[in-house]
Amino acid sequence: MKCLVTGSNVKVLGKAVHSLSRIGDELYLEPLEDGLSLRTVNSSRSAYACFLFAPLFFQQYQATTPGQDLLRCKILMKSFLSVFRSLVMLEKTVEKCCISLNGQSSRLVVQLHCKFGVRKTHNLSFQDCESLQAVFDPALCPHVLRAPARVLGEAVLPFPPALAEVTLGIGRGCRVILRSYHEEDADSTVRAMVTEVCLGEEDFQQLQAQEGAAITFCLKEFRGLLSFAESANLNLCIHFDAPGRPAIFTVKDSLLDGHFVLATLSETDSYSQDLGSLERHRPVPQLQAHSTPHPDDFANDDIDSYMIAMETTIGNEGSRALPSISLSPGPQPPQSPGSPSEEEDEAEPSTVPGTPPPKKFRSLFFGSILAPVGSPQGPSPVLAEDSEGEG
Amino acid sequence: MKFRGKIVDGACLNHFTRISNMIAKLAKTCTLRISPDKLNFILCDKLANGGVSMWCELEQENFFSEFQMEGFSAENNEIYLELTSENLSRALKTAQNARALKIKLTNKHFPCLTVSVELFSMSSSTRIATHDIPIKVIPRKLWKDLQEPMVPDPDVSIYLPVLKTMKSVVEKMKNISSHLVVEANRDGELNLKIETELVCVTTHFKDLGNPPLASESTSQDRNPEHMAEVHIDIRKLLQFLAGQQVNPTKALCNIVTNKMVHFHLLHEDVSLQYFIPALS
Repeated sequence: MKCLVTGSNVKVLGKAVHSLSRIGDELYLEPLEDGLSLRTVNSSRSAYACFLFAPLFFQQYQATTPGQDLLRCKILMKSFLSVFRSLVMLEKTVEKCCISLNGQSSRLVVQLHCKFGVRKTHNLSFQDCESLQAVFDPALCPHVLRAPARVLGEAVLPFPPALAEVTLGIGRGCRVILRSYHEEDADSTVRAMVTEVCLGEEDFQQLQAQEGAAITFCLKEFRGLLSFAESANLNLCIHFDAPGRPAIFTVKDSLLDGHFVLATLSETDSYSQDLGSLERHRPVPQLQAHSTPHPDDFANDDIDSYMIAMETTIGNEGSRALPSISLSPGPQPPQSPGSPSEEEDEAEPSTVPGTPPPKKFRSLFFGSILAPVGSPQGPSPVLAEDSEGEG
Repeated sequence: MKFRGKIVDGACLNHFTRISNMIAKLAKTCTLRISPDKLNFILCDKLANGGVSMWCELEQENFFSEFQMEGFSAENNEIYLELTSENLSRALKTAQNARALKIKLTNKHFPCLTVSVELFSMSSSTRIATHDIPIKVIPRKLWKDLQEPMVPDPDVSIYLPVLKTMKSVVEKMKNISSHLVVEANRDGELNLKIETELVCVTTHFKDLGNPPLASESTSQDRNPEHMAEVHIDIRKLLQFLAGQQVNPTKALCNIVTNKMVHFHLLHEDVSLQYFIPALS
């Protein structure tokens, strides 16, 4: 594998790596026929990010050298990021960046050709790995928003930098509302400030969403893509579905493609709540009208209490056609809170009064898959097991 | 109880923001007192604050284009709210280039001070950012603890030097000792002194000028060069100085020997009083 990045694209690559570093600790590098893909996933597998750089992005792009196997490697994010740590330096002094694989020493070599004849060579050790795939299909999401990244960047400015989660929803009159989300701790006496930003329909190039549709996702992870999109002056597309289904954030131009897939908080199914659930209702503020000129309201008032449901992501035709094949028996390893049987036990925690529901983003997808040799690249079928009791 | 106010003037908005930034640096939690003519930010001298107290006062009509309030009752037409100062300053930060700012008392599942900022946006639509700052309404019976502190007759009253200079001096001194002596006389001299076993450091400020003393009863015959001193915790002074991002229009300090030092600043039309007690 050998590719050469020149000019301002070096900084773009660097920014993409910075973006990915906000998500995960390991970078999966895979040169494909349609470009170099850089992917990562976070430790709780609730966020996945992928950048695909088309061959035209590079001055030279060679996915495979004849005689060499297709490379699929995993590098420590920290190591790769350190090469691109200073974006200012990249912009000012780096003329070319060459990424190649050194077969003999089994190192990924990143060489920066800088001004004044300075050449910086980084030999990064890597691990062979399976292809990291997430199952998602933006086309399946009923709701789509598209706006210049700058607009969204301005919109998130009022939120505190430390804010973890934000709720995005459609209010009355097609206004898009972003609101800070705080997990209300029943014991805490200090309430957090709630910030809300309201954007008009005119700010969006595309707004295809139902009034009342809303999702809550991790703002910190989103900021990673947002800062990349702002610097590259791209439009950002948000595809989302019901709460609990992953939200897909995309940026695209002729030379690259970026996808961030983030889990969203899900609600309890109303029919699985019994009497006990009433006690679990925390007085989370309803998303009500403000006495602003445009009273906004989330028609969907179920954003009261949250319970994370096991998430099955049936992404595309492939996996749908193979529902019975499962990678691993029983509960999926990356699931943090344990067994599928917890679905049935949903009612139980709800009878404990005052207990805040366990707040967990469950895995979007299930581990990495072994891409069999010769299988088609791209969104290959991920073998996902149906979770039991899934509504 | 009701309160709603609107600021539309950019300069007023920026000034209000600067004041709230200053308050946020001086007190983590403070009391906001709303009365028909004024707004006050109050920190009362509880043990939790280390005995420090603060009284900041501004005339509402210097800031608000619209101001309506209805206090606790007709006789007690005031509202006392407790809030986390940083929340207010953060909310106001978004109003840097705003068209208008509205602030009002609301009850959205819990009592809040809602700050609503109307921003300029590239497109024709207005963009609105709203911040709901959680507050605690202070009951009537606790109001007596939140009144303007009485300033005892000072032994010396002196104008302060440039606060930035003072701050950098005190910052360095903090590393040597936490016990600072502030002394001044009626001859325009102010000294900041620290003393340890190994070293004694004094910074002398001269020709500062003394404001005319209000009361004539204090010993006029005392030698003008006689220093009135007070021993204070250096960190409290540093916190006070750190809050002054902008040089005030007027700054003076009153020293009551061995009791306290009282700083009185004027930032344009906003008055700030800060009391640091003497170390016991």
